[in-house]
Amino acid sequence: MTVKQLSRTLLYLVLALAALFFVAPLYVMLVTSLKDAEQIRQGNLLSLPTSINLESWGMAWSGACTGVDCRGLQPYFWNSVRMAVPAVLLSTAWGAVNGYVLSHWKFRGSELLFGLLLFGVFMPFQVVLLPMSQVLGALGLSSSIVGLVIVHCLAGVAGTTLFFRNYYTAIPKELISAARLDGAGFWRIFWRIVLPLSTPILMVTLIWQFTNIWNDFLFGVSFSGADSKPVTVGLNNMANTSSSVKSYNVDMAAAVIAALPTMLVYVLAGQYFVKGLTAGAVKG
Amino acid sequence: MAASLGIAGIRKVFGKGTHAVEVLQRIDIDVAPGEFLILVGPSGCGKSTLLNIIAGLEDPSEGQVRIAGKDVIGVAPAQRDIAMVFQSYALYPTMSVAENMGFALEMRKVPKAARVQRVAEVAAMLQIQHLLDRRPSQLSGGQRQRVAMGRALARDPQLFLFDEPLSNLDAKLRVEMRAEIKRLHQFSGITSVYVTHDQIEAMTLGSRIAVMKGGILQQIGTPEVIYSQPANLFVAGFIGSPTMNFIAGHAHSTGDTASFFFDGGSLPLPCPASQALILGVRPEHVQLVAESAWSGQVTLVEPTGADTFVRIQTTAGTVTVRTQPGTPVRVGDTTGLAVNAAHAVWFDTASERRIP
Repeated sequence: MTVKQLSRTLLYLVLALAALFFVAPLYVMLVTSLKDAEQIRQGNLLSLPTSINLESWGMAWSGACTGVDCRGLQPYFWNSVRMAVPAVLLSTAWGAVNGYVLSHWKFRGSELLFGLLLFGVFMPFQVVLLPMSQVLGALGLSSSIVGLVIVHCLAGVAGTTLFFRNYYTAIPKELISAARLDGAGFWRIFWRIVLPLSTPILMVTLIWQFTNIWNDFLFGVSFSGADSKPVTVGLNNMANTSSSVKSYNVDMAAAVIAALPTMLVYVLAGQYFVKGLTAGAVKG
Repeated sequence: MAASLGIAGIRKVFGKGTHAVEVLQRIDIDVAPGEFLILVGPSGCGKSTLLNIIAGLEDPSEGQVRIAGKDVIGVAPAQRDIAMVFQSYALYPTMSVAENMGFALEMRKVPKAARVQRVAEVAAMLQIQHLLDRRPSQLSGGQRQRVAMGRALARDPQLFLFDEPLSNLDAKLRVEMRAEIKRLHQFSGITSVYVTHDQIEAMTLGSRIAVMKGGILQQIGTPEVIYSQPANLFVAGFIGSPTMNFIAGHAHSTGDTASFFFDGGSLPLPCPASQALILGVRPEHVQLVAESAWSGQVTLVEPTGADTFVRIQTTAGTVTVRTQPGTPVRVGDTTGLAVNAAHAVWFDTASERRIP
């Protein structure tokens, strides 16, 4: 065995170990969700189920009880969809326009503004919980999904602006000048020249925002009401309900359901994620 | 339709207070309809800034820009009816060649059929019909250059602006495209302003040349005037390749005959009576002679094909001489030098200005 082969083997060994470390919890979740209560009681976490039991998935989706409410995870899941989709689209669009302005339509103080926006990226969100809840209250949006959408847009816009601004600085200034001389205005240049060049960074931002907003617990638990709890909060409450016997298979199925959309987004758009993060200057 | 261009008292200052940098100092240039004006100078002389001010991409701190007699300061670039060719070509990467060329017409709400026809016309003129469906990334450098020209031409603007359009091309293509630009200008007759740092482009293309340095217009004139009667030492040294020879010395007249004396020699030249003079003479106006009161040693022989340039080290400095190919000189030879008096130009040492 040559040195090269040896180092290859070692490399794959390390990678396999790392993969095992990350896949193991998923494996446990999946097999547990497919077992029935009897199999779980035997206590062997890693064993395969002796019979496939999909009942727990049905329960998790539409039958499990949180307190006296026995509608399963379903209402929370749809809350999350109704919150995440508009919040992701709005914060991404907002960031794209901000980035376009901060890179190609600089104005007096725009660099300062960008510097201040960077604070937003690194700010711990616990800091804004109280003032934000006051603002939402004043706006009459407490405990509503619209309120959550607004909170997520505000929390996300600093990051999305940073993404787009840094990507757009690679677009040559002359391209914008040429379009201005050709007679295109601010929005026309954005739609016809800049946006068609943005696919990689759009994908990165959409995935990033979707993962953040879908997985968010802090804002969800702080600002939602009885009818607007997102799936993360719903899952937590369901698993912590102590009124009945703990059904681990249902909890596990619910956890997988809650994680499914982000996994799906990664599978579908993941190739763009890597491309977008490594994309360099725009070739003319 | 050719328009006139008037640049009056243009100043541009960056920064303020003690950090202010004046990149353009009161530039006045009048360009007649159909003229091809060259803005030339070393990098940082303000020529590109001036071009951007004409285009409306930058605002001047002071002064006026008039296109066809109308002041356009404050008018958006799109409303100035100007087309510009950029150094990087600035083709829209996500559009086809045809879409690139038709974009300005589309923005002006020209109907699709008329647009397609105009693009086809211009493409035929530039011989790029076969490229119309391609993306800019699928084109070679020379083809991109042609498309960039086509995009500007399709507009049929009042004014053409070129920002070093040939500097990204290799030497051979550059010569070809230079001729192409000249042909297109003669054909279209559209007033053009062309920025370059290449003095050969300046000489070959321009109907007039404006030489700039440090934000100051040094001289403006036809290529012939700029070449034979440079206003000052800078212009004399910047235009022409190989560069003009400069010899510092002083005039001395005995009776009717004046002579120019300098370190290690003298020349019987009619020169202005002054204690401190610089003689400027182009390589083609210096001859190698056997006997002279001025001589030096050959340090370099550069055959370029049509000419052979000989460098001679004299006490007063290095002198370049243009000779016929096959002139029997070798490195190390000692040779005499003579100057064609009719083509000698004189500069005042202190002011560096030409003495007429």
